[in-house]
Amino acid sequence: MSTDTDTRAGGLDPAARSGYAAPPPRMGFFTDTSVCIGCKACEVACKEWNAVPEDGLDLTGMSYDNTGELSADTWRHVAFIEQIERPGAPRWLMSSDVCKHCTEAGCLDVCPTGALMRTEFGTVVIQDDVCNGCGYCVPACPFGVITRRETDGGAHKCTLCYDRISDGQIPACAMACPTESIQFGPLDELRERARARLDTLEEAGVDGARLYGADPSDGVGGAGAFFLLLDEPERYGLPPDPVVATRDLPRMWRHVAVAAAALAVGGLLSGIRGRS
Amino acid sequence: MTAQTDHRRDDQSMVPPAEFRSYYGLPVIKAPLWRAPDVPGYLFLGGLAGASSVLAAASGLSGRPELARAAKTAAAGAISLSVVALVRDLGRPKRFLNMLRVFKPTSPMSIGSWLIATYGPAAGVAALSAVTGKLPRVGRAATAAAAALGPAMAAYTAALLADTAVPAWHDGYRELPYVFVGSAATAAGGLGLVMVRPERAEPARNLALIGAAAELVARSRLTQRLGPGGQPYRSGVAGRLMEAAEVLIAGGLATMASGSRNAGVVKTTGVALVTASALTRFGIFHAGRESARDPKYTVEPQRNRRDQRRGGAVDAVL
Repeated sequence: MSTDTDTRAGGLDPAARSGYAAPPPRMGFFTDTSVCIGCKACEVACKEWNAVPEDGLDLTGMSYDNTGELSADTWRHVAFIEQIERPGAPRWLMSSDVCKHCTEAGCLDVCPTGALMRTEFGTVVIQDDVCNGCGYCVPACPFGVITRRETDGGAHKCTLCYDRISDGQIPACAMACPTESIQFGPLDELRERARARLDTLEEAGVDGARLYGADPSDGVGGAGAFFLLLDEPERYGLPPDPVVATRDLPRMWRHVAVAAAALAVGGLLSGIRGRS
Repeated sequence: MTAQTDHRRDDQSMVPPAEFRSYYGLPVIKAPLWRAPDVPGYLFLGGLAGASSVLAAASGLSGRPELARAAKTAAAGAISLSVVALVRDLGRPKRFLNMLRVFKPTSPMSIGSWLIATYGPAAGVAALSAVTGKLPRVGRAATAAAAALGPAMAAYTAALLADTAVPAWHDGYRELPYVFVGSAATAAGGLGLVMVRPERAEPARNLALIGAAAELVARSRLTQRLGPGGQPYRSGVAGRLMEAAEVLIAGGLATMASGSRNAGVVKTTGVALVTASALTRFGIFHAGRESARDPKYTVEPQRNRRDQRRGGAVDAVL
């Protein structure tokens, strides 16, 4: 087990940086939204395997998306965007969103109990028996992945099926995906496969295709779960240029130190007797 | 059949295409689950306690035992209440001790937990010794320790808020620590004015003056530098709270500058300053929550940053 104190990038494998001596290859998801058919089998398989509680049976009234968002009780979320307004080329975008398992994970950085940990596969997992429900990981995530579960007070999110992959199985969502929109494997392989897929789509004249989260030099050091999107990330509810807040933490601490010193000095000076 | 669903939200159909289109207007990040009054109350009480410990030391050193005793009592009371507020806000309050399971400099909440665990007992012992008159040497050591840790206690909560994806908090990380220590000094000075007769509360008055002035300057720098991103501090509930705090601080500064020694006036001023400090923390808390709920505060600065990196070129796909 490890309790990372620093997940900063630097080209190193996050598991190795977290203290694993000889970690297996970093594993991840490549979600190719260009072949997603919006069946939500991933949502169902995830819930079934991980015993994730019901997340509400309401109709959102906005689209075929009645799930709404990722949360403690939704670890895969299929987004639906109907672009009938596109002149001459109406299209229907679908995308299965999931925890990004960031190289520089804000949730992991800020967790005060060490409940959030890096696994040997480079993924990010919450240890339910340690989490005290402080909720700090919730606003720390630049993707809005985590919330607290009402029924048990703890934070929950995708584990990238830590139990399954530890046993050589593939995660439930990828297993259930009928179109291989969700692909699981070593991250290096997935990135290569994604670049090839992007080339194919561009050659075929598909406009707007792009990789999201595949770049290790991005604001989270690259995501362990990345995507091929067909439109702007924000169209899918994803942040266009997320940066983990902890990157600025050294500067924050400096300002805190200066401010604290100012209070100490100002406070002590306030005791000086006036001349009157 | 499906056309109208895509047009339900104004930003889907009404805005010009140059502006971003969100996912049905839903937030991109999750707003903090932290509740009011617990968490903003904690920010306020932690600041009040920390600055009061400094005031206590300054008063003791300058031979004002009455104010020193009052400030120590205030610090111990405030930090005790703040711990209650913190534990209450946990999803699993019985596991609050897990906070001390690790020491993580990357987590302001971890640093804060260790701060409370050291500062709290020091402030408590200092107050007990001052009130009972027992163990004066232990009391002096505790007073010094509380005064040394108090400023950190008052300032670290700025990093606690800023080290998140919440736009109004994170983007304010340069100014929030100064707003927080200013607000803490305002509260501690104000409470000193309430608890001790004016002629014996000169350090409290001085601290309140310094704090109030610092807070006003830091606040205006915060909202100025944030530009459009500072809107959550100016509008809605947060805007009203921040404005009310500003009025109270300005009023407090004015009466303090007038030099009135009338006990009623001075105590009213003290109450106004303590209230202002609390309002500021509640305002900042609500501003953060608002900025998390509206996707434009998350998306627009990120789009601008990305476009600037691409040499000002508009996204090729648009």
